Amino acid sequence: MFERVEITAILGSVSLLLIVLELVRRKRLKEEYSLLWLLTCIALLILSFWRSLLDVLARLVGIFYPPTALFVVGFGFVLLILLHFSTVISKLSIENKELAQRLAILSWKLHNLASKTDSGLALEEQEDEGANETAK
Amino acid sequence: MQHKVVMRTNHKILTIIPAYNEEDSPGDVIARVKQDAPFADIVVINDGSTDATAAIAERMDAFVINLPYNLGVGAAMQTGYLFAREMGYDIAIQVDADGQHDPAEIPALIAPVLKGEAGVVIGSRYIEDRGYITPLLRRVGIFILAHIISFIIGRKRSGVFCKRSGVTDTTSGFRAVNRKVIDFCAREYPHDYPEPESLVLFHRAGFIIREIPVTMNPRYGGKSSITPFRSFYYTIKVLLTIFIGLLREPPVRSVFS
Repeated sequence: MFERVEITAILGSVSLLLIVLELVRRKRLKEEYSLLWLLTCIALLILSFWRSLLDVLARLVGIFYPPTALFVVGFGFVLLILLHFSTVISKLSIENKELAQRLAILSWKLHNLASKTDSGLALEEQEDEGANETAK
Repeated sequence: MQHKVVMRTNHKILTIIPAYNEEDSPGDVIARVKQDAPFADIVVINDGSTDATAAIAERMDAFVINLPYNLGVGAAMQTGYLFAREMGYDIAIQVDADGQHDPAEIPALIAPVLKGEAGVVIGSRYIEDRGYITPLLRRVGIFILAHIISFIIGRKRSGVFCKRSGVTDTTSGFRAVNRKVIDFCAREYPHDYPEPESLVLFHRAGFIIREIPVTMNPRYGGKSSITPFRSFYYTIKVLLTIFIGLLREPPVRSVFS
């Protein structure tokens, strides 16, 4: 029926699918990031069962032994996932930086308000009146 | 000289000094800025220093903003611009904490901005021969290469895109900018080694850039963070960033048109 390598592929894909679903269920993996993983598993499963499609794909790309195509597809998906993560990390870095900057300035305002309300720094007083109220 | 000081207090002027473990020098720099440019407020951006940098600055009675961790000079400088924008400053001046920039030149640096002649004024080491002997000659030849390449790029770009604003010193951090540019920098400012990149951004945003000749001193205290490997990496990175940057749409001058 199925070759050993195909059984391995199927078992691997199914395991991965179950793991990803469980991680999302436990809220340890956000749904939006799980999408690409799920897509990968589904693609691998389909190709594992549908042998003829795999053969066509392999011949198209120029691979001699079709099961290798399975791993190539898997690898391609993983590259996409990594790229996606890089963009996510970039966005997080930028947001992180902006938070740190705002935090630092707010912190300065907080500390300097206490000591400077008596002096002539009118600008800070006007700006920070609101903040001072809420801080209390 | 007295007359000039009085005239300038109508504008709010801020000196931004980013500092990362520059223990010895910021104190001296702050003292000299207070002496040579008494009309300017001073803010030291402490970029996660682990030494006494912040304490020294506080003692000298300058504003000190402490970043929670090291963000790099680009983000630290941007924090200074965010502060300038929030507190309503009209002019911001960048001064290095290591003592390379001479605060006595600040009045000359901000003059074109005050007169409305330019949005960005750069203190250039290369306009006149003021005998700037790169102490780097003693240390890293590759860093000179990086300078030269940035210099060539600066020149060449100016030649191609705008014959008027030829920039001779593209890595100088000694700059003064006006309110619009403060606002721009607060929104968008490059990260690592921001000097050449920010120039390209300013140029593409349409700000008028001028240069005045200045003399720079060798570093007082602290260590330079440039190693041979870093300078090579820096050169590649600057070139790459600039070229990719050219592919983007020109940056917006202001949020309000």
